Formats: sequence, structure tokens, C-alpha cells
Amino acid sequence: MFTIVRDLARQNLEFLCGLLLFAVIVGFIILSYFSPYAPTDIYLLPPDMPPDGDYWLGTTSRGQDVFWQLTTALRNTLYFGIGVAFLSRIISLVVGLVAGYAGGAVDRVLMAINDSVMVIPQFPLLILFYFVLKDSMTWTTLIVIMASLGWSYDARLIRSVAIGLKTRPFTTQSVYSGMSMRKILVEEHLPYVLPIVFATTMNNMIWSIGMEITLSVLGFTDIETPTMGMMIYWANAHSALISGVWWWVAAPVAVIVILFLALFLLSMSMNEYNDPRSRLNRMGS
Amino acid sequence: MTPYLIFVLKRFGQFLLVVFLGVSITFFVTHLTPIDPVEESIGAITQMGQSDPNAIELMRQSLRELYGMEGSIWQQYLHFWLRLATGDLGPSLSAFPTPVSTIIMRSLPWTIGLMTVSTLITFVLGNALGALAGYYRKNMVLKAVSLVCIALLPIPYYILAFVLLILFGYLWPVLPINGGYEMNANLNLSFALVLDILEHSILPALSLILVGAGSWLIGMRALVSNIITDDYVVFAELGGVPKRKILRSYIARNAMVPQFTGLAMSLGAIFNGTVITEIVFGYPGIGNLLISAVHAGDYSLVLGLSALSIVGVAAAVFIIDILSPLIDPRIKVE
Repeated sequence: MFTIVRDLARQNLEFLCGLLLFAVIVGFIILSYFSPYAPTDIYLLPPDMPPDGDYWLGTTSRGQDVFWQLTTALRNTLYFGIGVAFLSRIISLVVGLVAGYAGGAVDRVLMAINDSVMVIPQFPLLILFYFVLKDSMTWTTLIVIMASLGWSYDARLIRSVAIGLKTRPFTTQSVYSGMSMRKILVEEHLPYVLPIVFATTMNNMIWSIGMEITLSVLGFTDIETPTMGMMIYWANAHSALISGVWWWVAAPVAVIVILFLALFLLSMSMNEYNDPRSRLNRMGS
Repeated sequence: MTPYLIFVLKRFGQFLLVVFLGVSITFFVTHLTPIDPVEESIGAITQMGQSDPNAIELMRQSLRELYGMEGSIWQQYLHFWLRLATGDLGPSLSAFPTPVSTIIMRSLPWTIGLMTVSTLITFVLGNALGALAGYYRKNMVLKAVSLVCIALLPIPYYILAFVLLILFGYLWPVLPINGGYEMNANLNLSFALVLDILEHSILPALSLILVGAGSWLIGMRALVSNIITDDYVVFAELGGVPKRKILRSYIARNAMVPQFTGLAMSLGAIFNGTVITEIVFGYPGIGNLLISAVHAGDYSLVLGLSALSIVGVAAAVFIIDILSPLIDPRIKVE
């Protein structure tokens, strides 16, 4: 694992950039544990202070320090993304491996469900969930809902690899030596699809965090927990841009762009690493 | 039966399944919650000032009927499908007693117009740039353009739309930033109105195009750089076929095929994007309608819009799916 990371960082500029940007994000998150203010307290500081020595990124109209709120918001947003990615990876692994290995009717049923989930418009559905749940909409609920919407594409990808693995001699050998299906999938096939899972994790996080930001900006989540979307929501609610409190909007937007660039660069370079043809291309040029 | 017909029937079955699952999810989400939708809606309406007791009683009755609150959940489920099949989505609550379908029909043309045009532009632009960038690998301008497109790719719709809004609304105010047409515009068909509508659609469309073009570009570039090493392309180059012709007839045409299949996949995502874009730019389409329905607590409108969007996306994917074997001879219909 460590050697892969080292090789990637040495050969692949995108990976290195992604890693550095991600280190910035992690730095922010570590800082959030040392925040001098409670993240949900409001009217603690003089409002609308522009960035200076005391308040590095200024203060909001609600009397909060933008910098320290940003660290906590980034932490919550990232944890949310990781939660969704983790849960949906489990679903896509189970569906993909089982469908690919079992084939036949099992495969057809699973893929029919898979394709249906793939084309269902997610955004209206998420709004519908919020509409119904309203105040009982917690972050845990949202993570579960997002995870159950975000696995289908990757399950197809994993299935296509699993179909290939099934025809390999080592699978036949495992069957003849009496391994159960569960054991074959977990011990024999899983290691082959793990690199794909890592690459798709980043894509899934990009998707889920993007959704979280959009939903929060519209006020369709639990609006008390500070997240990246929530900061923009409150800034909008106080018309920060019109009243000239631009740092309240600019700071989260800048951090969001950094976060997305980091995840995107990591996912792109890992995808390339997984595809031997493009790896050869890179060495050739 | 010809193999193609069997293929179409199979895909149609898939389409029905998607609609069935999607609408079922919508139904059960709204029916398995502890909240009573009828009382919830009535509460929202009375809060908004409606207080004529007769009207409220009428509403309560029609709501009970709409949700089929009587009988077991399975009876309600069946009832819901029967109403949906006849296109009856019930009356809207925030604009009682206008039927939901009338309200949706008012907003739908805006969304369909914006979505089709921007999807087509995105598709053509992204693929053309991708093909060029894949073929002329050393060209610096193309490299820079692809880099910008790729960098825009991961940014959430909302953020990009917001940046456009700041740029063209406040810093350099040249374009209208809100609505689908000028306030108090004369809505008779005239040249000025068409121009006005076009002007209002530039920013929303631009935000959709900027976000979407990158993924087409990446896909097309990868496809083209695989194809240029194929024997027939090398042969054509050695035979002195003009470069332009190689790119157009030898490479782009073959690479387009998987891209068309990808078009179906992207439609779902583009629908999500339209909702957000419409909210940011105040565009009078169904995305905006959905959000105002949520804020007004208009259950029947939200339910109708969700069902419609599921049917719409599933139908779009179905149509592109059955067209793709006609475009691509390599896709085998079994």
C-alpha cells in the first residue's frame, strides 16, 4: 500500500497535487478540534468584521469566526461524505460480486434493480424525503438515504470485473476444493476489485458532498449542524454578498473548490493507475 | 419476431420496471411516515391565511380521497396507481382547486426547452473539443481548454451557478440574472419576446454547459486516443488521407457511438442539475415549482412532480436505448 502511494506520488503529478490539497483539508479538520468557539454558538463576536489579524477570515453577521466555523463545517461535510461512501461501497460490493458470480436469474434480478436505481432522478427524491421527514431529518438518516441511492453505477463496474474473475481457473479450483460462495467472493474475488473500489470512493464522495452542499444551501437538511452548505445557506439568508460581507461566502466556496479538486485529482490518478493501458501511455510520453 | 423487436420489448419491460419502482418509492415514502400528510397540509394552508371552514373541509375530504387514506396500505397503493394511470394527480393545495397537472404543464415547457438545448450544446461542444484534443495532442490551446473544462467538472452545480451569478450579475452586469422573461413582458408571440427569453436563458444554460462539457470531453479524448493507434487509422495516415478527413470520417464517427449510449446515462444527472439551476436563476421551470411546492407544503404537487420526473427520465433513457442499435452496428441485439 505504502509503495503504491510512493510510486504514484513520484510518477503522477496529478496524484501528488491531489495528495497535497487533501493534506490541506486534513490540516483544517485537525484544527477543528482546537476551535476556541463552540460551532453552534452565535453572537459571540462583533459581527461583520473583515479579515484581519484577530479574525483570520473575518466574522459572520451572526457573530461567528469564519475561520473556525469553516474547520468544523469542513469536518462535518467530509465525515458525511465518508459515511455515504463507506455504506454505499458495501452495497455495491455485495450486489456487484454476487450478481457477477451467481449469474442467471439472480444476476438479472439484481441488475434490473440496479438499472432502475441508476436512472431514478435523485434530487427530487431527496427533496421528497426532506419534505416528508422535515425535523426528523438527521444526518444519519440522510447518509443512509444517500448511500441507498449512490451504489448502482459502481455495482455495475464491479460486476463486470466479477464476471471476468468467474471464468478464471483459480475460481474453478476454489469451487472444486469446496469453498462456499461467500468465502470465494470475500477471499478470492474481493482483492481483485478493491482497487476499483478505492477509485470509485472518491467519485462517490464528490457526488454525495455535492448533493449535501446543494441540499443544505437550499435549507433542505438539518440546518443547525455547521457544514459547508450550511455556511452558504446562512450567508445567503443574511444576504451577505449584497451587504458586502463577501468573505462569508468566498471562504466556504474556496474551500469547497479545494476539496473537490483534491478528490477529483485523486480519483483521476487512481483510475489511471488501475488502467494499465493509460499507465503505459504515461511512461511512453 | 425480429431480434430488434424482442430487444425493444425487453427494454420496454425495463422502462416499466423503473417507473414502477420509482413511483412505488414515492408512494411509500409519503405513506409510511408518522406524519399525517392531510393534517400537515391543512396546517400549512391555514397558516398561510386560508381560513374559510367550508373550503378547508372540502380540502380535507379531497385530500383523504387523493391519498386514499381509507382501507389498508395496499388498497391505497392500488388506488394511487389507478388515479395516476388516468393522469389525475388531484388538485393542488397551494392553488386550490387548480389541478396539479395544469400547474405542471405551465412550467414544463420552460424546463424541457432549457434542458434540451443545453444538453445538445453540451454534447456537441464536449465531443468536438474532446475529439480535437485527442487527435491534436500537442496543441497548447486545446490542452488549456481541456484543462479548464476538467477543472470545472467536480465543482457542484450550485457553486458554479453562484460564481456565474456574481460575475455577470454584480461585477459585470450585462445579463439578466433572474426569471425566464422580463417582468411585465407582453406574453404574445413576438420577436422581442423570443429575444428576451433567449437572453434570460443564457446564464442558466451556460452554467449547465460548463459543468457538463468536461465529462464528454474526457470520455471522447480517451476514446479518440485509443482509436488513433488502430491499424486502419495508421494505414489512412500512411496513405496520405488528409488529416481533417481522418479525424472526421475515420475517428470521430467511430468514437461517437459509445458517447450516444452515455447520453442516456447523463440525462438523469442533468435533470438534477436543472432543478438547482432553475432555483439559482429563478427560472420558471418545474425545478422552481418543486421547491416552492415544498415550501408551501403542497403534498399533491410534490408527489405529482416526483412521479413525473421519474417517468420523464425513464422514458428518455428508454428512447435513447432503443435508438442506439440503429446508430451503432456493433451493438448486438439478442
